[in-house]
Amino acid sequence: MRELSVKRIEDTVYALFMSACCEIGEDVLSLLEKNLETEESPFGREVLRQLIENDRLAAERKMPICQDTGMAVIFMDVGQDVHLTGGDVNEAIENGVRRAYRDGCFRASVLTPLTRINTKDNTPAIVHTRIVPGEQVTLTAAPKGFGSENMSRLWMLTPSQGVEGVKNAIVETVRLAGGNPCPPVVVGVGIGGTAERAMQMAKHSLTRECGTPSDDPMLAEMEREMLERINKLGIGPQGLGGRTTALAVHIEQMPTHIAGLPVAVNMQCHAARHKTAVI
Amino acid sequence: MIKKIHAPLRAEELEDLRAGDSVLLTGVIYTGRDAAHKRLCALVAEGKPLPFALRNQVIYYAGPCPAKPGDPIGSCGPTTSYRMDAYAPTLCDLGLIGMIGKGQRSEAVVEAIRRNGGVYFAATGGAGALIATSVRSAEVIAFEDLGTEAIRRLEVESLPLIVAIDAHGGNLYEEGPARYRR
Repeated sequence: MRELSVKRIEDTVYALFMSACCEIGEDVLSLLEKNLETEESPFGREVLRQLIENDRLAAERKMPICQDTGMAVIFMDVGQDVHLTGGDVNEAIENGVRRAYRDGCFRASVLTPLTRINTKDNTPAIVHTRIVPGEQVTLTAAPKGFGSENMSRLWMLTPSQGVEGVKNAIVETVRLAGGNPCPPVVVGVGIGGTAERAMQMAKHSLTRECGTPSDDPMLAEMEREMLERINKLGIGPQGLGGRTTALAVHIEQMPTHIAGLPVAVNMQCHAARHKTAVI
Repeated sequence: MIKKIHAPLRAEELEDLRAGDSVLLTGVIYTGRDAAHKRLCALVAEGKPLPFALRNQVIYYAGPCPAKPGDPIGSCGPTTSYRMDAYAPTLCDLGLIGMIGKGQRSEAVVEAIRRNGGVYFAATGGAGALIATSVRSAEVIAFEDLGTEAIRRLEVESLPLIVAIDAHGGNLYEEGPARYRR
């Protein structure tokens, strides 16, 4: 049994959001650069150039990449041989988020849904916890903007709709979103499970290094095919027309019920922010 | 060629703008997004005065990050415009001439732009740090309690925009993707 102070969790959450909001990953940056070389649309190229310049400037000046510094989504895998000490771990996580959004000059974007009264410190965070073997804690911070979140969809398909139905649901989600989610997007897909688990898988798939194919050969092939079909839609960077509508498609799956075929599509803008630490 | 324009916008400047034009905008614009639009339209419905005269003005759909010490503003890219579609025609009919945001607009907004001789510009979504470099000053002028959603008067210099919807029926969100669809 390893003892781990919740203060370490708080400080790690803090550091991860400070970095994630300002420093885009090399994975995203290299895909933006690769697509700048192949994009045919002049507007598309201009947008990609601006995004690359923006991302470099943000990292250099420690400014948020985008003013929508999102809701603070956290994936936390806790080793079953870890004993968390020194206080309430949930409070520690909230404190880490609170301090990062204050010190980083990030936007307080979170409010009570019906009254629309802002919580002023960007809490609460959205925390997905799993208990896993081992004595480590893995934390991933993924600030999620809502321009893209709003364009996400859950499709409860019937088994008769099959693989083609799944593929059509994915492409249709991106088509309907058009320029709204800030393309080029990363498309996160969860297939199977229950309604809420499908969406959780879709969100989790977005924490994968952008553009890395699934370990499952069938899903990897589907990801490749989906990316090709999506980039034929013509939406292009910012929806102004072009070839680069998506940078990547990430798919996860798990078994589902005999009566169902859930497909969740979680849309992610080009500011595909995610940072991970293991403690 | 990139056109240089000034806000508040004059009708003769607008006359030449077509969907697909790249422009650099200098002058005074006002930020306003979901909550501020709701309040503006509530004031209109009650017949009360607005916090600023809309005539020939430009509203920028944005909620900036807090400014770091010494900076006029934090990151401040555009937010998605369709959420303001319910309010925009009312404001256009009261003299609002320009809107800056990102993404497609409703038929009602396209029609309000045509009817009033207005314009809708696209700024690059997600380029918040870059766009902040065009902002010279920012001052909250209304609804301070809304925090980032308050109305701010911005002085901008050479803000890079693309004309997305013009008053003559041009709509880059339709024409652009149609050109590249396979």
